[in-house]
Amino acid sequence: MKMIIGRKMGMTQLFEGNKVVPATVIKAGPCYVVQKKTPQVDGYCAVQLGFEEIKKTNKPLAGHFKKANLKALRVLREMRLENEEELSKYEVGQTIKVDIFQPGELVDVVGWTKGRGFAGGVKRWGFSGGPKTHGSKFHRELGSLGQHTEPAKIFKGKKMPGHYGNERVTIHNLEVVKLDVENNLIVVKGSVPGARGGLVLIRSPKKTRK
Amino acid sequence: MSMDNVVRLIEKDQYRQLPEFRPGDTVRVHVKVVEGGKERIQIFEGIVIKIRGSGLSKTFTVRKIASGGIGVERIFPYHSPVVEKLEVIRRARTRRAKLYYLRDVKGKIRLKEKRE
Repeated sequence: MKMIIGRKMGMTQLFEGNKVVPATVIKAGPCYVVQKKTPQVDGYCAVQLGFEEIKKTNKPLAGHFKKANLKALRVLREMRLENEEELSKYEVGQTIKVDIFQPGELVDVVGWTKGRGFAGGVKRWGFSGGPKTHGSKFHRELGSLGQHTEPAKIFKGKKMPGHYGNERVTIHNLEVVKLDVENNLIVVKGSVPGARGGLVLIRSPKKTRK
Repeated sequence: MSMDNVVRLIEKDQYRQLPEFRPGDTVRVHVKVVEGGKERIQIFEGIVIKIRGSGLSKTFTVRKIASGGIGVERIFPYHSPVVEKLEVIRRARTRRAKLYYLRDVKGKIRLKEKRE
């Protein structure tokens, strides 16, 4: 298991041979190992990674960083590990850079999608809505919610307006196209959830590509 | 560094320098064509009617009148390795950046020559 925390910088297109491929540029790392979670103490194996140095933090966190002998960091995220053997490869205070990945490798990217607030059925569920003109008074409404006296209720899970976006989404098996270790940049093929500047986690793939 | 500049940094090593040309110029584009595993060069000559975009996604559109008087437009990515070479045949002076009106011109297209 490998993981690095980064921020989405934007999309571009790159030439691969004579073909154009869509690519997302992510500024990732350097990340620091802040804490190791062991089965003896915490009941599971994990490594806590920190990202983005900040000038000040609150006292409880300051103590936490001091234990690892690190500067204060803005983002803390855990990476779960399979067993203690994997855990022993990491040490507190260790730096993780983008060079843990290789071009051509597949990765999972986790991001938080753009928040759309309280959205209607057309935007949230792709409903087609009604005609805009020709005397129509039915524009972006839902339509029927169900049947009549039988079953006399609205079924659970009926697609309705509500909060949309700002949820955690994982994109599986994106190919690493390019690395720039010096500038802490990693380029993956395809798109990644979230806005530019949004937080993303890049990690080893969970599923194998069929 | 702004986020745009970070993206430019990644694109940088694929940038190419073609000879300077502007909308209205007549150019000859040498295009790499792969046919049956063989690569050869095809020439597409016409007037540049549009240049759009920036960075690696910059493209330009070349319009020519093919046999039978049918207009043919081709869009080339500016930095594409498919463009083997580009020659500027004739420079012209235009008063706009997008020469869409040329699509409606019947007969011969005449653009004023640019005086250097």
